[in-house]
Amino acid sequence: MKLGIIVGKVWATQKDPQLKGVKLYVLQPVNEKREKMGKPILAADTVGAGQGELVYWVGAREATFAMPGRKIPSDASIVGIVDHTYSENKDILKQRLSDWKNKNTSISRD
Amino acid sequence: MELAVVIGNITSTIYHPAYKSCKLMLVENINPDMEQNGNITVAVDSVDAGIGDVVLVAREGKTAGDVLGQKQVPVRSVIVGVVDHLSVTKSR
Repeated sequence: MKLGIIVGKVWATQKDPQLKGVKLYVLQPVNEKREKMGKPILAADTVGAGQGELVYWVGAREATFAMPGRKIPSDASIVGIVDHTYSENKDILKQRLSDWKNKNTSISRD
Repeated sequence: MELAVVIGNITSTIYHPAYKSCKLMLVENINPDMEQNGNITVAVDSVDAGIGDVVLVAREGKTAGDVLGQKQVPVRSVIVGVVDHLSVTKSR
């Protein structure tokens, strides 16, 4: 799954009948600092998210299972609303990773 | 599976039923040289990984369903292992 921010809404009356009653939002994929990651996409909303909210969404085949009880023809579906994100400080993490590399990686040359 | 490092976690109270009692972590892909590549994703943790751990992330719905014990779940990324040791063979 990935993080995303809802930046718009789409209304479509002419659509696949299985998409009936499914809200469609314009979603901008973002990283943990809400910086853009890739182009905006259209995603089906199954949890009642609102404009501007940080959500997490799932793509590919799994997106079709997002609507409880039925399958929807979608390749991106919002599956949850984020309350809070915590991410480690970049430098601390880089330091921990290089420590981990020195301690736990063995490099052999062939 | 993919090699990743856990950079944080997220809390969520409104979610699809399949995510009930799931621990959601923020992970970033890394290569065997421990260089992060900026690809941040959300993964369900099934092995109690902590922040800063190097982990294995499976990215497929069937696997996620098996891990969560449910069928047809809208879950793709699941942390399935914590890496203890990594040996890399570098060609000259």
